[in-house]
Amino acid sequence: MATDNDGLQSRLRRQLLLGMAAAPFAGLLPRTAFAEIPPTSAVNTTGLAVTDTEVTVGILHSVTGTMAISETGSVQAEKLAIKQINAAGGVLGRQIKFIQEDGASDWPTFAEKARKLLVNDKCAAVMGCWTSASRKAVLPVFEQYNGMLYYPTFYEGLEQSKNVIYTGQEATQQIIAGLDWVVKEKGAKTFYLLGSDYIWPRTSNKIARKHIENHMTGTSVVGEEYFPLGHTQFNSVINKIKLKKPDVIYAIIVGGSNVAFYKQLKAAGIDMSKQTLVTISVTEDEIDGIGGDNIEGAYACMKYFQSLDNPNNKEFVSAFKEMWGEKTVIGDVTQAAYLGPWLWKLSVEKAGSFDVDKVAAASPGIEFTKAPEGYVKIHENHHLWSKTRVGLAQKNGQFKVVYESPDLIEPDPFPKGYQ
Amino acid sequence: MFGDYSIGDLASIFAMQGFAGLILFSVYVLMALGLAIIFGQMGVINMAHGEFMILGAYVTWLCSEFFSTHLPALFPVYFFVAIVLAFCASGLLGMLIEWGLIRWLYKRPLDTLLATWGLSLILQQVYRSVFGPREVGVVLPDWLLGSLSLTDTIEVQINGLFVMALTVLITVAVFLIIFRSRFGKQIRAVVQNRTMAGAVGIDTEKVDRLTFGLGCGIAGVAGSAFTMIGSTGPTAGQLYIVDTFLIVVFGGAASLFGTIASAFSISQTQSTLEFFLSGSMAKVITLLTVLGILMLRPQGLFSLKVRR
Repeated sequence: MATDNDGLQSRLRRQLLLGMAAAPFAGLLPRTAFAEIPPTSAVNTTGLAVTDTEVTVGILHSVTGTMAISETGSVQAEKLAIKQINAAGGVLGRQIKFIQEDGASDWPTFAEKARKLLVNDKCAAVMGCWTSASRKAVLPVFEQYNGMLYYPTFYEGLEQSKNVIYTGQEATQQIIAGLDWVVKEKGAKTFYLLGSDYIWPRTSNKIARKHIENHMTGTSVVGEEYFPLGHTQFNSVINKIKLKKPDVIYAIIVGGSNVAFYKQLKAAGIDMSKQTLVTISVTEDEIDGIGGDNIEGAYACMKYFQSLDNPNNKEFVSAFKEMWGEKTVIGDVTQAAYLGPWLWKLSVEKAGSFDVDKVAAASPGIEFTKAPEGYVKIHENHHLWSKTRVGLAQKNGQFKVVYESPDLIEPDPFPKGYQ
Repeated sequence: MFGDYSIGDLASIFAMQGFAGLILFSVYVLMALGLAIIFGQMGVINMAHGEFMILGAYVTWLCSEFFSTHLPALFPVYFFVAIVLAFCASGLLGMLIEWGLIRWLYKRPLDTLLATWGLSLILQQVYRSVFGPREVGVVLPDWLLGSLSLTDTIEVQINGLFVMALTVLITVAVFLIIFRSRFGKQIRAVVQNRTMAGAVGIDTEKVDRLTFGLGCGIAGVAGSAFTMIGSTGPTAGQLYIVDTFLIVVFGGAASLFGTIASAFSISQTQSTLEFFLSGSMAKVITLLTVLGILMLRPQGLFSLKVRR
């Protein structure tokens, strides 16, 4: 017995000494050695740009041309997310490296750059696109070469692809809750629908009209109008609005026209405290150009506002300003772009692989609790469950949140009864 | 269509609609005047016209920033300073461009189209790099905001009146320069016969440079005024260029009277149609009408008889 006991003790002592001697050297081992890094051959069976230490993703937005004004914020948000993910240890132990390409506000260029990112650079995922036109241009490329796209903009719906995760809201999520709110809260009966003349405003107004006419009682549309992109003279339509006196002006005007519209509305003396103006196309980014004075008192329906009061958002806003400057503002799409890299990381980790098929299959059900907008979850249809909020535009260019849908709204890209 | 409204309502709407048409007319004249001088008098197709306007808009923005931080007491009148500076900045850049680029291309008018188009892309990217890709918000003095109520229902926008007054002023100034001054005589002489004008001792190169500078300067003034009604961003100039060319070509390229007549007819058609139809349809019908008239009368509304 004694011998055994002695033997055990001495063995223990020997191991303890060995351990103590080894301790100082532990710091020299690569940090990642502690997290079990799966071998590259296991997590990458399709020849993506994944090494033992790095994984490459693409960023594809316009930094030149007309759309640069909108897409700059998305690029900034994606770079911030990638930086934060890397600081937290990367994805499956690999640091994210990004290759940025410029779509130059030109849709064929988007398609060409997407092909380059997938075929030449073998990007494991691409964060990118902004307009529906650019997304439609790259979609066949992503489907042909089996890539993964994270698309940040709120858009018209009527699309679903295995190769795309839509991190912005589709039209019904953004529109219906807002209309219900304005009817309940403001007692609105009559609506005047306005928009720029292309697919998103037209589809969105179609959904709004169906909802106003078929799904609510006592409400009607008294006018619906579209303007060419870049239209700068709105005096005639403002006169028409004055004549028809709608309770709600529902405006989906984009780009430079937006600025002209609100400046002229203000100059014509439309009082936003008497007539409610609801928009789904003005974020904090746009107010920068419009001027807080001109749009004060208007309501916007979005899922995110910079002023959201929750711990995630406070952290996000301060990190964003630290990286990109105190004067930057964060709009709805910028936040949605920030979700892209995080959702991809979570999906990859759930799949245990970078392979696009496995990531796509793992995506539904992914939950991201640190989202600045609160909590989001990927639906079977690759869109996000999210809340819709109504914000009141303030003079300082920020929105005051006046309504938040109680529950997450289910994404419904092919809404029945709205087509 | 009118059944639901009272006579009073209709009267006030027609009054306001007429006023809207007049504002649009002023805006068009202001946009097109600079181009009409350059295109009409020099035969140069200046595709960068919009970018010269936006330079004026950016100068206005810089002024508003400067006055609000350093001279807040003078802020209410900064707009006048901005307009003068916008004229100088765009005019000087115009003369520089004429000296560096345009004067090499006088014999090849179609090449000026390509060269100035390239120039417009370069300027857009310069603005983007210097001022950032986002639109800037120009803060206006309070007296320029809001509207005057003439009756309960008729309201007149103050900034609309301001643009109208500015347009009248600039138009009168341009007419005095072109038709009453010595310099104007030289411009017209060079347009009519460049060789002869040179032979009688007119420095045609200098006249070219100043004419181009004048046209660009007026574009700068227009850009400055449009900060009140439109956006100021690197590509905002593109919003105006098509309308501007339409007006100049429709009016008859070499005639300033034609420019004004065409601005008037296009703006009235556009704003009346916009009231009865939708914005997009109004544009389509206006463009079709202009196209139809140009097919019947390719030289435009007015044409100047020039010895070539």
